Amino acid sequence: MRFQLIHLAYFASSLLFIVGLRGLTRPEAARRGIILAGVGMLVAIIGTLVHQDIISYQWIIGGLIIGTVVGIPMGLWIPMTKMPERIALSHAFGGLAVALVGVAEYVRHAIMQGHITQFTMGALGFEVFFGTVTFTGSLMAFGKLQGVLSGRPQTFKGQNALTLAMLATCLALIVYLIFNPLPGFFYTVVGLGFLLGVLLVVPIGGADMPVVICLMNSYAGLAAAASGFALDNNILIICGALDGGSGFLLAVIMSKAMNRSFRNVMFGAFGQLEAAVSDGVQKSVKAFTVEDAAEFLKNASSVVVVPGYGMAVSQAQHAVHEMQELLEEKGIEVRYAIHPVAGRMPGHMNVLLAEANVPYDHLIEMDAINPSMPTVDVCLVIGANDVVNPAARTDKSSAIYGMPIIDADKSKMVFVLKRSMAAGFAGIDNPLFYLENTRMVFGDAKNTLHSLNAELKK
Amino acid sequence: MSDQLIFGLYIFMLSVFVGYQIITKVPALLHTPLMSATNAISGISLVASLVIAGGKYGKLSTILGVIAVAAATINVVGGFLITDRMLKMFRRKPVKK
Repeated sequence: MRFQLIHLAYFASSLLFIVGLRGLTRPEAARRGIILAGVGMLVAIIGTLVHQDIISYQWIIGGLIIGTVVGIPMGLWIPMTKMPERIALSHAFGGLAVALVGVAEYVRHAIMQGHITQFTMGALGFEVFFGTVTFTGSLMAFGKLQGVLSGRPQTFKGQNALTLAMLATCLALIVYLIFNPLPGFFYTVVGLGFLLGVLLVVPIGGADMPVVICLMNSYAGLAAAASGFALDNNILIICGALDGGSGFLLAVIMSKAMNRSFRNVMFGAFGQLEAAVSDGVQKSVKAFTVEDAAEFLKNASSVVVVPGYGMAVSQAQHAVHEMQELLEEKGIEVRYAIHPVAGRMPGHMNVLLAEANVPYDHLIEMDAINPSMPTVDVCLVIGANDVVNPAARTDKSSAIYGMPIIDADKSKMVFVLKRSMAAGFAGIDNPLFYLENTRMVFGDAKNTLHSLNAELKK
Repeated sequence: MSDQLIFGLYIFMLSVFVGYQIITKVPALLHTPLMSATNAISGISLVASLVIAGGKYGKLSTILGVIAVAAATINVVGGFLITDRMLKMFRRKPVKK
């Protein structure tokens, strides 16, 4: 009876998760979808609590309380600008939970009962492998995003060979464990998994974090799916597959948006080997004061804003929205051009601008806005660099050659809001800055926009 | 090959297929909420941690189980709250202040 009850609960929650996720295909239905998924989660948890193996509830309640006390602030109070860090951290928690479940299951079967089936052993091996890699890998990503670790790729000689050798050892050990489930080998897999997570992420630069975050999302899902196989629990397999598939798909979309292969992102150590491109010619830029820029904007009829990571760093999204409203009052059309990899995670710019109350029908994807760029009077580049670099279209020697970009250079006038002429993240020079129709407006993006808004109000 | 493996693989394959169909239709606009939603949903590993934390499998299992319950609960509670908070912000018309 209990068994049927649990399975009925899991069946209902699987259905609710799938229907809930489908809600995310439309912004209007998204909130209802996530609430349905939340109900599904509640049903699954309540259903599990009647499990016949559970003999005491005090530890469960303790864990649930700790998790809730930490989870509520992480859900309600973390500012939107910290979303990439928060997502990376939650992947780490997810990986840790699954890895610990795997270790506990191994101890129960192989050590306490003295017997473990080959199938369970294999599944547990993959579970702890993916779980541990996700845990340390996500912590490294978090460190890089938070600035605790250097955002630059950290590499040493023979690093890729070492990583690959460790990966191969891990997989060989898992296969060996299926036939000889010895504790020493099992814990070696756990240890190697933790190390591999570090080694895999440390050589990847901060600008590639969107791909890393997606991959960690995927690994966390695969770990959960493996635990579903080990525990013969279908809801874990279903949710793990949804999570793993979603993360993988997003990683593919992100890589495509950078015109790079997975292999290149994972092992390329992008942004370090590229010396700043310099052809020896001293190029000059034309600077604009805020007053000049404001005067120009007032006379425009169509303005496109291209936001980048710099907007997030300077937290300029609210000032951008204020500018949009001021311009719209003057009858000027304002749109936002969103590059898929702008920022540090998929959809980063959309979330920030939505937080600043920008209606989402103003946020236009790259492919949709590019054809109309030549008719745009002023293109305002705020904290974006590589995603508007025309070298990606023309310069075969450029590290970002082939990456699809927003055609800011094709608009009639480009304003670039930038701190200084220091090279961008990847250290690649940006020919956009030197174009005839480009004007640099130097300073912190938020301060610049505040003075710009003051000018526009005059 | 055990029945368990074959049956599990069927479930896995079908879920990947359903997931692919849904996720390719999620607009780039909602990619961050998608990621935090799938992360919250993968907090389902909580159901496995619960059985281990409350089960009679010895002290070590209980300790590991409790940590796993706490970590998974953080993702479930925090994940659903923040996804809802994000989705609340996506509006077609700006809110008048």
